[in-house]
Amino acid sequence: MSFAFMLAYVIQRVIQSALVLLVVGLVAFSMFRFVGDPVDNMLGQERTQADIDRLRTQLGLDQPFPVQYVKFLSGAAQGNFGVSYRQGRPVSEILVQRAPATLELAAVSGFLAITIGIGLGVFTAIRRNGFTANAIMSLSLIGVSLPTFLIGILLIYLFSVELGWLPSFGRGETVQIGWWSTGFLTESGLKALILPSITLGLYQMTLIMRLVRSEMLEVLRQDYIRFARARGLRDRAVNFRHALKNTLVPVITVTGLQLGSIIAFAIITETVFQWPGVGLLFINAIQFVDIPVMAAYLMLISVMFVGINLIVDLLYFAIDPRLRADRTKAH
Amino acid sequence: MSEPILSIRNLTVEIPTRQGILRPVNGVSYDIGRGEILGVVGESGAGKSMAGNAVIGLLSPPARIAEGEIHVNGARIDQLKGDAMRRLRGKEIGMVFQDPLTSLNPLLRIGDQLTETILAHLPLSRSQAEERAVQALDEVGIPGAAERVNSYPHEFSGGMRQRVVIALALCAEPSLIIADEPTTALDVSVQAQIIALLKQLCRNRGTAVMLITHDMGVIAEAADRVAVMYAGKLVELGPVREVLTTPRHPYTDGLMGSTPLASRGKDRLHQIPGAMPRLDSLPQGCAFHPRCPYAQAQCKADPAPKLNEGEGAACWFPLPHATKVA
Ligand SMILES: Nc1ncnc2c1ncn2[C@@H]1O[C@H](COP(=O)(O)OP(=O)(O)OP(=O)(O)O)[C@@H](O)[C@H]1O
Ligand SMILES: [Mg+2]
Repeated sequence: MSFAFMLAYVIQRVIQSALVLLVVGLVAFSMFRFVGDPVDNMLGQERTQADIDRLRTQLGLDQPFPVQYVKFLSGAAQGNFGVSYRQGRPVSEILVQRAPATLELAAVSGFLAITIGIGLGVFTAIRRNGFTANAIMSLSLIGVSLPTFLIGILLIYLFSVELGWLPSFGRGETVQIGWWSTGFLTESGLKALILPSITLGLYQMTLIMRLVRSEMLEVLRQDYIRFARARGLRDRAVNFRHALKNTLVPVITVTGLQLGSIIAFAIITETVFQWPGVGLLFINAIQFVDIPVMAAYLMLISVMFVGINLIVDLLYFAIDPRLRADRTKAH
Repeated sequence: MSEPILSIRNLTVEIPTRQGILRPVNGVSYDIGRGEILGVVGESGAGKSMAGNAVIGLLSPPARIAEGEIHVNGARIDQLKGDAMRRLRGKEIGMVFQDPLTSLNPLLRIGDQLTETILAHLPLSRSQAEERAVQALDEVGIPGAAERVNSYPHEFSGGMRQRVVIALALCAEPSLIIADEPTTALDVSVQAQIIALLKQLCRNRGTAVMLITHDMGVIAEAADRVAVMYAGKLVELGPVREVLTTPRHPYTDGLMGSTPLASRGKDRLHQIPGAMPRLDSLPQGCAFHPRCPYAQAQCKADPAPKLNEGEGAACWFPLPHATKVA
């Protein structure tokens, strides 16, 4: 294992990630150029040419394209995405206000998807011919095939409309901790999280479960599992220490990508549940062609994806010693 | 003779299939004594591994022990289930697999794999177990054992890995080792070393060994006695010298003939014609008769006789008395 090798690898990956972000930045920025002139929308009917010019200078629209792009990038890098056309407030301020709702929702969904997904995957693999395991597998088909919005609507119908147990929209009461608003600390906040997080996480959960199951079945056939059993190790050690760890290597990639898409798919769930997060913000921004908000959202999502990818790669290193070796040391 | 370590009596393994019940192991009986190495030979599919897996309780369903008894150190084990059987694995019965590249968990340090095995069976503290792990590696001839416990399997060569596998199989000091083709996957140059190591370790500790192999050279080198299997049955059993030099069953004779063995001269280098019958289409009478150059009417009609007192050949007309029919 060599530290220098690992460092070189990480640096290489960081550079790749930066390139991806530059390209996304270009796409996001191009929206400004191609989706009409925002100044028209922003000023009312009684505008003067002076008003228009002042606003253009204020928004930096009078400068040449490359200058604007560089400004956009350097602004974005510092978390400055300009001013929302619709709300007239800095986009960064709006994002900071909205982000906790989405992040808490995504965190709960991701947590549910990973823990329940891996747990059920292992269970259905170990008891592969059991009745419960087969029932879970059949049910999971529903999770994969039903579209998110339908699951959301069904859950609302059952638990909000019919049973009246859980709220059908919004975050409930939130508590402000510094700039972060959390729904974890109030009863209504926690209740409000249940339906949306199930809706958002269900697809990922079933996907992770089915993947863990098939990988685990594959691993359980391996010689080293037979050898572990032949050495008299307990079932728990064989299944979890030996089999699960090997199962996780391929599962990590997919899981990482799934977590990225949880945040991206939050748009639909947030719309169904009127969840005041960045997804809903984005949907509203589209309706008003609020380009700075849309661009910021795009950048944010891509940073998230790229970041998760990077973490996934580093996790590989942590789990699989074969990758840490720069060359096989055979003695 | 003192009580054998392993005693198999009339062991029968069945696999129920749609076409009927298959018996990959069919009425096999033999003993292995303390410090004794029993070589088990036979063509592919003869049931050698099945018999080994039955002893260590690792038959994969639907295969199951249908008849017979297995005793280890005098205690009957074929009826043990679940945790009772698990305790014996590694502790009383160790197993060495064929391919050292795939028998070690690639994600765990070999020290950890050794330690967890030791802790599963012996009442030791973690640090004592770790000490013992180093000792176990040292005993199988891995240089720098104290550092090598921290290595991962991929950091070893094939031969070294098989040494690690042997250390793992022996680390809780089982009294019986089942070695299923332990050298088949190895480089020819290291095969002899591994066999010598296995032999030396088991002699020193008095471990009984069931050595499954295709390699008559390995048998000649290591085994004390030889068991020859054909289509699930034991067809010959005897001391290695006798079986190799004066085989009594025509099948054994054929097997020897198909192996270039220096002591037997070059003129005997030939293959047994035909192939072993499938278990679902065994012929009437002696299962070997369609391929046997000495087969007579009785061989086609009656099942082969049982081994006399567990030794000798299961044959109506054992060599060297049989005459070749034209
Ligand atoms: N699930 C199964 N269904 C039907 N037949 C099976 C099944 N599993 C194994 N067999 C048969 O059992 C027989 C014994 O197999 P075994 O692995 O013990 O042979 P072997 O002597 O170890 O051969 P090799 O030298 O190739 O390892 C084979 O003929 C095989 O075809
Ligand atoms: Mg075999």
